[in-house]
Amino acid sequence: MSALEITILLFVGAGGTCVVATRDPLRQAMVASLFGILLGILFFVLQAPDVALSEIVVGAVALPLMILLSLAKIRGGPR
Amino acid sequence: MTVRTRRAVFLLAAAVLAAVLAWAFGGLPHFGASRPSSGLTLNQLAVPQRHITDVVTAVNFDYRGFDTLGEEFIFFAAVLGTALILRPKLAERPGHVADYATGRAVPPTSDAVRVIGLGLTPPTVVFGLYVIAHGHLTPGGGFQGGVVVATAVLLIYLAGEFEDLHGLYTEVALERAEAIGAAGYVGVGLLGLAAGGVFLQNVLPLGQTGSVFSAGVVPLINLSVGLEITAGLVLLLTNFLHQVIVLRPGARSAPTALPPRV
Repeated sequence: MSALEITILLFVGAGGTCVVATRDPLRQAMVASLFGILLGILFFVLQAPDVALSEIVVGAVALPLMILLSLAKIRGGPR
Repeated sequence: MTVRTRRAVFLLAAAVLAAVLAWAFGGLPHFGASRPSSGLTLNQLAVPQRHITDVVTAVNFDYRGFDTLGEEFIFFAAVLGTALILRPKLAERPGHVADYATGRAVPPTSDAVRVIGLGLTPPTVVFGLYVIAHGHLTPGGGFQGGVVVATAVLLIYLAGEFEDLHGLYTEVALERAEAIGAAGYVGVGLLGLAAGGVFLQNVLPLGQTGSVFSAGVVPLINLSVGLEITAGLVLLLTNFLHQVIVLRPGARSAPTALPPRV
């Protein structure tokens, strides 16, 4: 395992822990987005660029966006 | 159960789990040492057999194309289900179309966000189309490219107003595009049957390896998947934004003119 692979694996481990440790859903969506980018880099380092692309578009963009919009709806608009 | 017993049960379970995990990890081949024979075989076969230089696409849309068809319909069903859940309820009325933030006024969109958003929109669309069109040559394909194209809609919303999306598309057009994309995959599969072969069998000339017009029907499948994902995701996004920005629970004063549902 190269130093680069070990580094990014440690980052992914730390990132995943951060997502779980963040309790406020709003902040969690942003942390999860960063975690998606970290996972994308990991897949890229492990020579899986196809999966990396999917992970970035879904994990870093689509999923946090859906969470943010759902939160905005749940927390309500002007009554 | 007292806290003490609970902790004892947890510690016992955690210890057993840790021991079993350590045992299992010890039996794994070294990192990167295991090279499954199927992967090696496909690496050698994909280019001469299918003229596809991205082996992942060759696997996804050719060697196991039927599985991907199922996955595509999972997405189709998911979008359909979400759109159904997000339909306007009886107690909801279209209200004043505005962004809203809890406990503070929404600041106007800054010039920087407008410029960057508008500047990024055309390259995003072009890049997404590129990823879709080159799925059989380089990493990417209909799915990844489709999401990239759909992101452009989000950029337009961020750079402008929700109303800016009105003239761009209608919900009916999106639904049709999504359906056509999903049906396109099946249609390409049926071409193989019509030609006397099996479902999803290639019927087009393979062309020159490395050219955009090569790899037989795989680029067509990528195109239809790209259409479905783009339309599906934009539909999802529009439904969510409509819920957040337009619909209000039992709007106090009925608006004089209902804002059209994009």
